[in-house]
Amino acid sequence: MKATTLNNLFSQFWPYTIDGLSLGAIYALVALGYTMVYGVLRLINFAHSEIFMIGTFGALGTLHLFGMPSNVGGFALVALVLALAVAGGIASGGSAVILEYVAYRPLRRNNASRLAALISAIGASLFLQQLFARLVIPQAFGLPKEKGALPVQGHFVHHTNVIHIGGFELSNDRLIVIVGAVLMMVALDMFVNRTKLGRGIRATAQDPETAVLMGVNIDRIVTATFALGGAMAGVAAALYMLRFEETRFDVGFLLGIKAFTAAVLGGIGNLRGALVGGIVLGLIEMYGSAVFGSEWQNVVAFSVLVLVLMFRPTGILGESLQQARA
Amino acid sequence: MNDTTNRNPLSRARDGYSSFFDTLRDRWATAPRWARWVVYLVLIVLAILLPADGVGSFMSPYTDWPTLLFFPIGGYILLAIGLNVVVGQAGLLDLGYVAFFAIGGYAMAIFGTKMHMSFWEILVVGVLLSAVSGIILGAPTLRLRGDYLAIVTLGFGEIVRIVANNTDYIGGPRGIGGIPHPPSLSEWTIPDNGFFDAIGIGGVQPLKYGALDGKPYYYLMLLLIVAAIIFAKRLENSRVGRAWASIREDEDAAELMGVPTFKFKLAAFAIGAAIGGAGGVVYASQSVSIIPTNFPFILSATILAAVVLGGSGNLPGVILGAFLVAWIPERIRGLQEYRVLVFGGVLVLLMIFRPEGLLPSRRRKAELAEGEGGMGGLGAEVGGPVTVAAGEVGE
Repeated sequence: MKATTLNNLFSQFWPYTIDGLSLGAIYALVALGYTMVYGVLRLINFAHSEIFMIGTFGALGTLHLFGMPSNVGGFALVALVLALAVAGGIASGGSAVILEYVAYRPLRRNNASRLAALISAIGASLFLQQLFARLVIPQAFGLPKEKGALPVQGHFVHHTNVIHIGGFELSNDRLIVIVGAVLMMVALDMFVNRTKLGRGIRATAQDPETAVLMGVNIDRIVTATFALGGAMAGVAAALYMLRFEETRFDVGFLLGIKAFTAAVLGGIGNLRGALVGGIVLGLIEMYGSAVFGSEWQNVVAFSVLVLVLMFRPTGILGESLQQARA
Repeated sequence: MNDTTNRNPLSRARDGYSSFFDTLRDRWATAPRWARWVVYLVLIVLAILLPADGVGSFMSPYTDWPTLLFFPIGGYILLAIGLNVVVGQAGLLDLGYVAFFAIGGYAMAIFGTKMHMSFWEILVVGVLLSAVSGIILGAPTLRLRGDYLAIVTLGFGEIVRIVANNTDYIGGPRGIGGIPHPPSLSEWTIPDNGFFDAIGIGGVQPLKYGALDGKPYYYLMLLLIVAAIIFAKRLENSRVGRAWASIREDEDAAELMGVPTFKFKLAAFAIGAAIGGAGGVVYASQSVSIIPTNFPFILSATILAAVVLGGSGNLPGVILGAFLVAWIPERIRGLQEYRVLVFGGVLVLLMIFRPEGLLPSRRRKAELAEGEGGMGGLGAEVGGPVTVAAGEVGE
């Protein structure tokens, strides 16, 4: 029994690795939002998973806008994904800013406890999920009301293998996901480390009171943090649509928890840690599902979370948005 | 930043409401012992009369009122009392509380259908099993603090549900059916005469657990709730309760003062889990069959919301919160479709306008007002989730 399942892993090693990498890239992008907000506000933005969900629908809506193309391949696909990423980024980034304004800012003004903030986040998360399941999805896609909770499909990719060497195959969608995610991470890393706004974010994460004394406008920084994190989730959502070609109102729930796991795994508050954590989690998950069967994939992910927090609670790279290294 | 001197009508109404309850609480604190016992007795009698048809026709025109009283109302109240031990008293944020409810439920299902044990034996076993699983979860994770603990417990809740879903021995996604009802203790019937009829409980067989009448199950749940309340209240006023309060307010200070914080946190987890497990056993024995989707994350969130809505740390508040959370969606059928939507929105509004809950415990209110462990007006003012081992990994 054991030997055959391990055989399964070894005989299919490359496909599992590629799947793990592309899944991990998406986790990493979503994890950025958690890690940035946590770094600046010390808040688990529980509704970030719904920000991601809104991004998938932003991307899907854009596909419909283009008349639902099918069998797109080659460079046309790259261009299309770029458009989806922009749409998803705007949808998610915008809703993240609104979320902060409605659900978190009043609490910050009241000096509320972190428990209160987390409950507010859970409330916002439920609200957004149900808003989409009951109203937005049926309205936008002309479905009967009770169908709002079902997955919405959007097939548009013509799958081809870009690289094919021996047992190693890399299909076009997975290649775009991995490359796209890495490019976004590099861009964000440069933004946080090189620009004035990025310096403000790092300063606030490190010591908010001193940052204020040095003339940093905290509210602007918080808004920027949510906008950037949301936009990353939106890009992740577009890549998710490319990879899985369907979404639903609660698509963010599990993915959000796992992205948070990735953030913790890499070291929360640490942008590069999010990349490492996402990739590691994606790989572990796929290898785990190869060995134990795909129905145990989520159990493997959560067990990893528990184990990491037990043995290295600061994550692989440690917490460090505060340490001004981003 | 702290210009909280609001002068709008809304906050004045809030202040009036708060001072009314403060007066009530002062009265209660100074009331003589006999007066308290009278109030307790009146409350218990009212609870016994609650399932009467007359009450039901107003409270629940759409569903069978006694069944509704059993679950969700009674069930939520029991779970909220259990979660309050963890969240309200010890200050540990548990987002996977439904796991213990599930463990109790599956204990009832497995031992009842496969080993043919009786309900009362399983109640004991289920409670012990849940407590042990609370310790198993707590031992590795309680060294974490705050948000990290929340996410780990959430993960645990999901693990339990997915494992139940993937294990064929316990029915996988189809769950377990044919769970036995509790054996009837007696066929005794409340006399069907004028007086008992008038108060609406004539002809009820309160100790006969059949498939049709929901009232006996409600009484069983009531018994558990009363037991849990007494238990929780006694704990709160004991050395254990004081230790929990000190951990909740400042864990480092508590540790330095010689409170074995880890042990007491573990105890809070185990006790909370045990109460949740008891709820699960009773729930499973009434509903005949259970499936993994009976135990979703949303239930954990709902119970947590009940605790926070009512006033975390204050038993009457928690009970009120659980009642409202369970009852309102059932009462307003027109909102059925949108109830989670409304629920989510209400949670956000509540946290903005009344983060301490409807009936807050005075001590908790003071803690919240001080902003201890808060996000702060600026952003991060408290240290990150420090762990016991933090000294070793600091760079």
